[in-house]
Order: sequence, then C-alpha cells, then structure tokens
Amino acid sequence: MTGSDAGGTPVTVEVSGLAKSFGATRALAGVDLIAEPGRVLALLGPNGAGKTTLVRIIATLLRPDAGSARVGGLDVVADAAAVRPLIGLTGQFAAIDALLTGRENLEMVGELCQLGRAEARRRAAGLLARVSLGDAADRLARTYSGGMRRRLDLAASLIACPPVLVLDEPTTGLDPRTRAELWTMIAGLAAGGTTVLLTTQYLEEADRLAHRVVVLDHGRVAAEGTPADLKARLGGTVVELHASAPGSFDAALAAIGAVGDGAAADPDRGRISVPAPDGAATLRAVLDRLEAADAAVEDIGLRQPSLDEVFLALTGHGADAPGPAPAPRRDTSRRSRR
Amino acid sequence: MTANTDHPAPAIRRAGGLAVLADTAVITRRNLKRIRRTPRLLAVSSVQPVMFVLLFRYVFGGAIHPDGTSYIDYLLPGILVTASLFGATTSVAMAADLAGGMIDRFRSLPMARAAVLAGRCTADVTRSVMVIVLVLAVGTLTGFRFHGGALPALAAVGLVLAFGFAFTWLYALVGLLVGDPETAQLAAFIPVFLLVFASSVFVPIATMPGWLQAFAKAQPVTVTVNAVRALAEGGGIAHWAWQSGCWITGFIAVFGALAIARYRAT
Repeated sequence: MTGSDAGGTPVTVEVSGLAKSFGATRALAGVDLIAEPGRVLALLGPNGAGKTTLVRIIATLLRPDAGSARVGGLDVVADAAAVRPLIGLTGQFAAIDALLTGRENLEMVGELCQLGRAEARRRAAGLLARVSLGDAADRLARTYSGGMRRRLDLAASLIACPPVLVLDEPTTGLDPRTRAELWTMIAGLAAGGTTVLLTTQYLEEADRLAHRVVVLDHGRVAAEGTPADLKARLGGTVVELHASAPGSFDAALAAIGAVGDGAAADPDRGRISVPAPDGAATLRAVLDRLEAADAAVEDIGLRQPSLDEVFLALTGHGADAPGPAPAPRRDTSRRSRR
Repeated sequence: MTANTDHPAPAIRRAGGLAVLADTAVITRRNLKRIRRTPRLLAVSSVQPVMFVLLFRYVFGGAIHPDGTSYIDYLLPGILVTASLFGATTSVAMAADLAGGMIDRFRSLPMARAAVLAGRCTADVTRSVMVIVLVLAVGTLTGFRFHGGALPALAAVGLVLAFGFAFTWLYALVGLLVGDPETAQLAAFIPVFLLVFASSVFVPIATMPGWLQAFAKAQPVTVTVNAVRALAEGGGIAHWAWQSGCWITGFIAVFGALAIARYRAT
C-alpha cells in the first residue's frame, strides 16, 4: 500500500465536546478526540458506550446535539457534502447487496462515488484481488461467507481511496483467521497514510492495531493513551482472587492492604483483581498477606487483564454493568447478523 | 479546537445537477438486476393481475353490465391501474435496504440524496411495464380492444405508469417509516386495497350506496381508471385526465418531499 492510496492528502479527524442524546438516553456526553493520518485510533468500549453513535456522526449519518466533529477541517454538519468524499465507512453490518456479485457491488459504489464507469471498473478489479475475492468476484454476494462479506464491505469503503477510513466493529463475529487478515489490511492502510478510526469491544484488537486507544464509557472518554499506557495502568497481568463467602470478601480486601493499590474490587461476584507488575512475586506477596491475616479465599491465580478488568479499573464498574441502552436506532433489533 | 488548515483537494468530482440523473441510473440498474435475479417474485407478482382479469372476466363478468360497453373493456383499464399499484416492491425494498445497512452506506457516499429513492421508483415503473404488457396480452386474448387508436392507447399506458410512479413515492415513505420489510408490505397495502376496491375498477360506482359514491367518485384510483378507460374507448377524456394529473402531481410533490426528507433524517 502506498501513500497515494489515501488520495495523497493527509486528513485529520477532530472531535470536540461532542454530545448526542436519544430521548432520555445520553449516548455521547462530551467527547474529545483526534485521529491522525497514518495512525489507527481505536474506540474501545462495551455495547452502549456510544461508539456507534460517534462513528455515525463522523460519517455524516447523524447530527450531534452539541460540540463539533471536523474532518480535514470541514464540519460534518455544515460541510457534510464535502466531508463524504473524504470518508470510507464500514458499518457494523456488511452493507452489501446480496443479489449483486462482488464486482457489481464495488462498481456500483465506485460509480456513486462519482469515479466514472471505467475508473470504477478498474478499481473494483484491483480491490477484489487485494481482498482475496478475485475468484469469487462474479458470484452473487449471497453465496459469500461472513468473512468474504466483510472483506467486500471493506473493499467498498476503499474504492474512492478515502483519506479517512471509519470502521465500526470490523471484526465482530469473525473467525480468528479472517480477523487476522482484516487486521493486516487495516494496518497496511494506516501505514499508507490513511487515517483509521475503528471501534471495537476487544482489548486484543485495540492492542494489536491501534496507535492510540480511547476508552469510551457511558458516552464519556474514560481513558486515553497508547495500548502500552493503558496496560501499564493495570500492570499487565493481574492476580485475581475469589472470596464470595460471607465476610471473606472484606477480610481479603483488608488483608491485601497496600499490595492491592489499584485493585479492582467487584463485591457482587466476590472478585478482586490486583495489578501484578512483578508477576509471580506479586502473587506471592498477596498470598503471604492473606495467610498472615488468616483470610480465606476460594480461588487465586495470575491472569492477563480482560476488557472487563480494564473497565473496572478505569471506570469503577464492569463492562457489562447495566449502563444506558445502546443508541436507539429504529432498525437495530431487526438487523440480522449474517 | 485549533483550526485545521489543510483543506484537502477534492479527490473526486463534485456531484452536480447531472449527477442526480447519473446516480439515479446507477441505482435503477442495481434494482433492475435485483428484479431479474428474483424471477420467482416477478412471476408470482405477474400471476395476480392475470388471475384478476380471468376471475373477474369469467366469474363476475356475467353479473356486471356496465352501460354501453362490454365488461372486459370496462375491466381491463382498472386491472392495468391495479397492477401498477399492487405489484410495487418499493416499500418492502426500502425497508430491507434500511434494515440491511444499505441506506447507511448510500447516505455516507458523495452521491445525490434523491437518487436512492428515484432509482427505486424508476425500477418499479420498469417492472410495471412488463406486467402491463402481460395484462394487455391476456386482455386481448379474452376480448379487450383499444377502440380509440394507437396514440390514445400509448397515452393510456403512459398514464398508468405515471400513476404507478406517483404511488411508489408513498410506498418509499412507508418503507422508510416502518423500517421492517414484512410490516412495510402490509402497511402499504392497506390504503391501496381501500382505494382499489372502493373505486370504479371492478364495478360501476352507481351500484354503491350514496356515501360511498361520494368517496369513490373523487378518489385518485377512480379518476385515473376512468381516464384510462376513456382513452381506451375513444371518448372525451379531459374531465378525468385533468383530475388524474392533479392527483399524480400532488402525490409526487407531497410524498416525494416527505420521503426524501425522511431519507435524509433516517
């Protein structure tokens, strides 16, 4: 992939004080972020965190209530028509026509991007090969597997060579191999100068792809930094212990004391996660303190932090804690994941 | 927010007035391919008007005696108009595009806003042409004749298509409002069912009770069917054609505007 793939012009996405409510539900409550050319910015958060709402505003599909989003300095509301040529959008559900072939899908989007028929045809052929759909190019898309549909969808958002690529949970529901393939493509696009903004529920995805991560929670930025920054806050691995018997949770929490600085405590599940920068040494220290205090636990061990724990540590509640409902879109419940 | 001064040069040409037509053509082509690739849907939607011709011609035809004309000559213009309304797939297709994410994709592209709807409606009109040819063939076999000459016959077909086109904007609006294909199908059918049966399509209005006559006389299906009938029979058409033209213009203006507004706001 080369820089000219992204139209040659670097484009920055700037979001400032962005707010959006659906009825009584605040989907976004003042979000600031910057996505830079040649970089992947990951929006990490659980369902209902506001990720899709943010993406839809940037892609000119939704108007914000307050704040602004600018793409290459152009406002997504006031200059929507000028923003659209700069953005390629891959939504949460593969937006391809199942009754058209892969090639026809790409050519249609290319023509609607005002490329002209000949140029749309030329680029479609090149893209089909690039997303490994060359052999399936002239089959109806309804015969494609989930991974093929995703790749075709991504190709459709690339046909106009947009300098900004917006991906809403691009790998949700994909098998590990297809996911890895998409990761390689996305990383390649960023290396070629494209500004990539992607949403994900997977810490691993953010870790592998993103130069910067913005953790969204209940429509606010809960944390921001490089993947290394965020993991450092949790000390990478954690000691996780379970103490659900009456009284034992509090006893264990008290016993850990200073070793447990930054611990994420989840009394409902009787679970405590302690950052373990020194790995087994931290585990030993925790065990020693528990033994000294005669605090009984049911289970204890070293684990990599899960997204749940990142959330617990950053926000004080779990990723699956009941938060605001997902941004209400009339059609969400009717969409089928195919 | 600091001002970002790198205004990127537009990589592709801006959508202009001609782009509306070009984009509509692209969307129309897409929808025609869809119709071609669902031949069973096309076949089933063609069977219904043919059945209507045969059933009404032979089952009810003996009992209904319109003034000064044979029942098949009376019936067929009505079936043509009905076929252009009943077979339309726009409401279902718009709802399916909305639910499947296609509308999001189209709305994020630098394309003309009206093209998705206009392309949809144009494709439905093309489908109507095929059904009309079929109904005319079956009608001719069962005794229907144009008595007014070739030009009025063409005008009759044109009027039927224009009327169907006007209604597809209502269907598009319903599809976008309902957002679910199965519901959209039924929701669009209810008003059309009422308009088709409480009209002069199958029986002369004079046989209806007075209160219903008042409605049936003025409503768009009746005036359009009467205009098509007049064109086919070769009588005075001005009275009905004028009213039909008003309905068609009104439908396109009102439901077209509402549908496009809804599409923008979706």
